[in-house]
Amino acid sequence: MKYLLLKHYRGGPAPVVDWAPMEQWTPEEVDAHIQYMRDFAARLEETGEFVDERALAPGGAFVRYDGEGRPPVTDGPFAETKDLIAGWMIIDVESWDRAVQLAGELSAAPGPGGEPIHEWLEVRPLLTESLTVTE
Amino acid sequence: MNELLLRELVPAVIGVLVRRGADFASAEDAVQEALIRALETWPDDPPRDPKAWLVAVAWRRFLDAARAEASRRGRELAVEVEPPAGPAPATDDTLRLFFQCAHPTLPRSSAVALTLRAVGGLTTRQIATAYLVPEATMAQRISRAKRRIAGLPLDQPGDLETVLRVLYLVFNEGYGGNLDLAAEAIRLTRQLVALTDEPEVAGLLALMLLHHARRASRTGPGGRLVPLGEQDRSRWDTGLIAEGVTILQAALARDRLGEYQAQAAIAALHADARSACETDWVQIVEWYDELLLLTGSPVVRLNRAVAVGEADGPQAGLAALADVNPDLPRYAAVTAYLHERAGGLEHAAELYAEASRAATSVPERDHLTREAARVRQLLRP
Repeated sequence: MKYLLLKHYRGGPAPVVDWAPMEQWTPEEVDAHIQYMRDFAARLEETGEFVDERALAPGGAFVRYDGEGRPPVTDGPFAETKDLIAGWMIIDVESWDRAVQLAGELSAAPGPGGEPIHEWLEVRPLLTESLTVTE
Repeated sequence: MNELLLRELVPAVIGVLVRRGADFASAEDAVQEALIRALETWPDDPPRDPKAWLVAVAWRRFLDAARAEASRRGRELAVEVEPPAGPAPATDDTLRLFFQCAHPTLPRSSAVALTLRAVGGLTTRQIATAYLVPEATMAQRISRAKRRIAGLPLDQPGDLETVLRVLYLVFNEGYGGNLDLAAEAIRLTRQLVALTDEPEVAGLLALMLLHHARRASRTGPGGRLVPLGEQDRSRWDTGLIAEGVTILQAALARDRLGEYQAQAAIAALHADARSACETDWVQIVEWYDELLLLTGSPVVRLNRAVAVGEADGPQAGLAALADVNPDLPRYAAVTAYLHERAGGLEHAAELYAEASRAATSVPERDHLTREAARVRQLLRP
């Protein structure tokens, strides 16, 4: 079963630890955080559970169709939206419980002072494409 | 080059290497490398004796790897460089492979991958593509699985039940990328039938054949799901149905009923009906009762409620739902269907919409969304 672990810059439940933005950490703290993320992904590759990982730049815009022969309308970038996705990881695991366990570990990435940042991660099941026989 | 012929040789070649003294994990790796080499070179330069070629190349790879490992550890090579001669009980080898690869201690996804590689003769890349994970991830999954079973005693080969479960999982995956996993599962189950004398193995093969016979009619334009009741029965594969029914009857005559035989019996009753309304639902309910006794499975209880709804009317079906766990993924879908048949369209439309949100696959979600839309349209004046 595949799950998406969605990391938000903003949005979701209220943060448990009110940590300062990353650019205000010490360089060592930033390095430690990034290394933790790398190690986490490498460990999942080891266990055969890693599928994909991408980070998103905070910029960009909303885009929509605006009628025949007209250019698409863009809106944004939104510096102040409530929800901002930072990136994702896709894992392929045996169960929901395992997905939750892994998300919990990822959320323990170190922040200022090497303390876990306790950030909220959104865990969402991916729909499959296969047509399982259920007749 | 016939790729299937090549793949069929893989388990036997692993068996040869193991009998020459290689451990299973290294033997399997060496054969995989020989297989990849064969896929590259055979189209231009086919060998006269494919099996001998594979054995020779795989054995050489194994020795190279074993020597490298031995020198890394500063030890003598433990295996004989010259293979011992001896009889080749290849069928036992393949049977043992089935049990090893689907060992109960392995996670399901690992057992599936290892079975497809070692017994099915597929490459890591093909399996990775079929299951939509990176090749490195799949390679890790397979080597971990092999490490996990490495220490297990060979005289405790595992459990036929998990072997069948793994094959059925592969079958249910349908198509994976450009790999026909359902056909592959049937091929492997045919092999297992030839190697064993268990009615349940035959029951599983019958079940697969009977389901496979309906494959063409199960999807409509654009891949949309067509439910059993609306399928074009003229597109069912009568050859596969006849074969499935024959295998099932022989298995049932052995009088050792199991869940796959019971499921196949239900599939056979569907296959027997020339139109949906000719389906013998009373007998299907009886088979679901048997199946429930055998498995106690909540999913069976849910499917039984559908059959009861067809046999005794939607109210009876809804009553049969009373002792079904509402947390099951398809619970809302079944409830929606029964309410629609009972005339509760308003409620049915809501339940179909709820069911679409609980769906676990894209075709199922789209189908249930369409059902919700269809019932809502009926409600409009």
